[in-house]
Amino acid sequence: MENRSNGGFQPSEKIVYLDNAATTPCAPEALAVVVEALSGACGNPSSHYSIGYEAKEILDRARAQVAAAIHASPAEIFFTGCGSEADNWAVKGSALTKARQNKRHLITSAFEHHAVLHSMRALERMGFEVTYLPVSPEGYVRPEDLEAAIRPDTALVSIMMANNEIGTIQPIKELAEIAHKHGVWFHTDAVQAVGAIPVDVQELGVDLLSMSAHKFNGPKGVGALYCRKGVWPQNLIDGGGQESRHRAGTENVAGIAGMGAALELAVSHLEERMAHETQLRDYVIDRVLSSIPEARLNGGRAPRLPGNVNLSFPGLEGETILLDLDMHGICASTGSACNSDSLDPSHVLQSIGVPEEIGHGSMRFTFGPQNTMEEAKYLCDVLEEVIPRRRAMSCMWLQGQNTARQFSRKGEK
Amino acid sequence: MASMYSAKVMEHFANPHNVGEMPDADGIGEVGNPKCGDIMRMYLKIRNNVIEDVKFLTFGCGAAIATSSMATDLIKGKTVEEALKLTNKAVVEALDGLPPVKVHCSVLAEQAVKAALADYYRRQGVDPEPIVGKIEEDCDHCDGGSCEL
Repeated sequence: MENRSNGGFQPSEKIVYLDNAATTPCAPEALAVVVEALSGACGNPSSHYSIGYEAKEILDRARAQVAAAIHASPAEIFFTGCGSEADNWAVKGSALTKARQNKRHLITSAFEHHAVLHSMRALERMGFEVTYLPVSPEGYVRPEDLEAAIRPDTALVSIMMANNEIGTIQPIKELAEIAHKHGVWFHTDAVQAVGAIPVDVQELGVDLLSMSAHKFNGPKGVGALYCRKGVWPQNLIDGGGQESRHRAGTENVAGIAGMGAALELAVSHLEERMAHETQLRDYVIDRVLSSIPEARLNGGRAPRLPGNVNLSFPGLEGETILLDLDMHGICASTGSACNSDSLDPSHVLQSIGVPEEIGHGSMRFTFGPQNTMEEAKYLCDVLEEVIPRRRAMSCMWLQGQNTARQFSRKGEK
Repeated sequence: MASMYSAKVMEHFANPHNVGEMPDADGIGEVGNPKCGDIMRMYLKIRNNVIEDVKFLTFGCGAAIATSSMATDLIKGKTVEEALKLTNKAVVEALDGLPPVKVHCSVLAEQAVKAALADYYRRQGVDPEPIVGKIEEDCDHCDGGSCEL
């Protein structure tokens, strides 16, 4: 299509990036390490000469940084091409390993990331059985539901640490204890949690944990899977002997170096980052809930990721809000079907019982360390201007109001 | 500014034409489904067989708003017979194209115009179905169907 730009309005010069759950800008410290690795040690880490050893040293350093950040040992960290690969490996690999003991049942939750959910679906097509635990209206998996779902043939439990849309933090320690009581491996997709909140694999007691560099100001194209010593999901990528023969393919040395640097940086500033993001999050939630009629927060307020705001604006469709915000230079995301290629509404909002017509008007704003209070205020200013203007054009506004009222009354019971 | 939409779509989205309610309309049509995320309501003022004024209210995405706006532009000042010939293809072309996943919005805009015209005929005591045809009040994409040009 031609003429994609300048549609008769003046786009904002300023970019306010509030979609840090989608991806984060690469930290200068991480970028410097990436550039250094790309321009310096050009050898293959598997080669036996000086520049090969130099590349190997870069990997070792990054592995130690990632391990330290989550309180693991370096031998338990395996680099992957992305967080989705780590999830696929944990889920499918564990299923294949455990199938040898005739354990062909897996448990997950209804609101996992698609990297886990679609891996589960793929396993179902191969004859595995999967139980999808329901989620509470506040967005939490209930430990008693897990307890009830575990069977003698359960191979793996996979529950995300923090939900990518509504930011609710799951009781992972308690869930992992239940799995272990029954001798079942426990995986957590911690892609949204690592670098955002404290993650300690010893404290949590998980066996497998996925993470992704670009979610904590590292480069895109690199992730990692933590596998507790003695826990071996079958390889998904066979070939050379990289990653202790568990994940073949010449390592993305520069990306891995950037991941290590970014995570070390994030963890060393974790407390101040969390305090800062919490302040921005609470400001936006409190102000919008009081200034915009019928706005509602999706997901419980605590425990919740410090940077996550997810609000529904009944009477509107999310893509409309997204486009209006884009014209004001604000980058956000929506759970609306209309913004996806599939026209499927958000499975996360459906899992917590948000009616579809309200789910369509949901917006996610996610803060990172680089965001400012000025930006949070600007977001609220723009929402307070845009939402009433668009509602005045919407035939659903009155109907949406009624649905919202019924819904909140239902929630009060 | 890069966008999934053409400049024309963004123009109609940013400042839609003919938005609002019409208390004394001669025909009102509403199509769509809140579960799908698109509902269009169209109001017509008809004098001497000519569409003198038209207004719309839409719940939906950017394409739903832009196609509603463009459809109202295309029928304003036209005779009822001319308006009946409005196709979703004409709406898409006037907007310099739509992404394939959004074509269903143009179908909805065409159906909204037809639903409003059917209501006008009904108020005149005329059975609209032989003239207007069957109105698809729900967009069928939610049932796994698809809209095509």
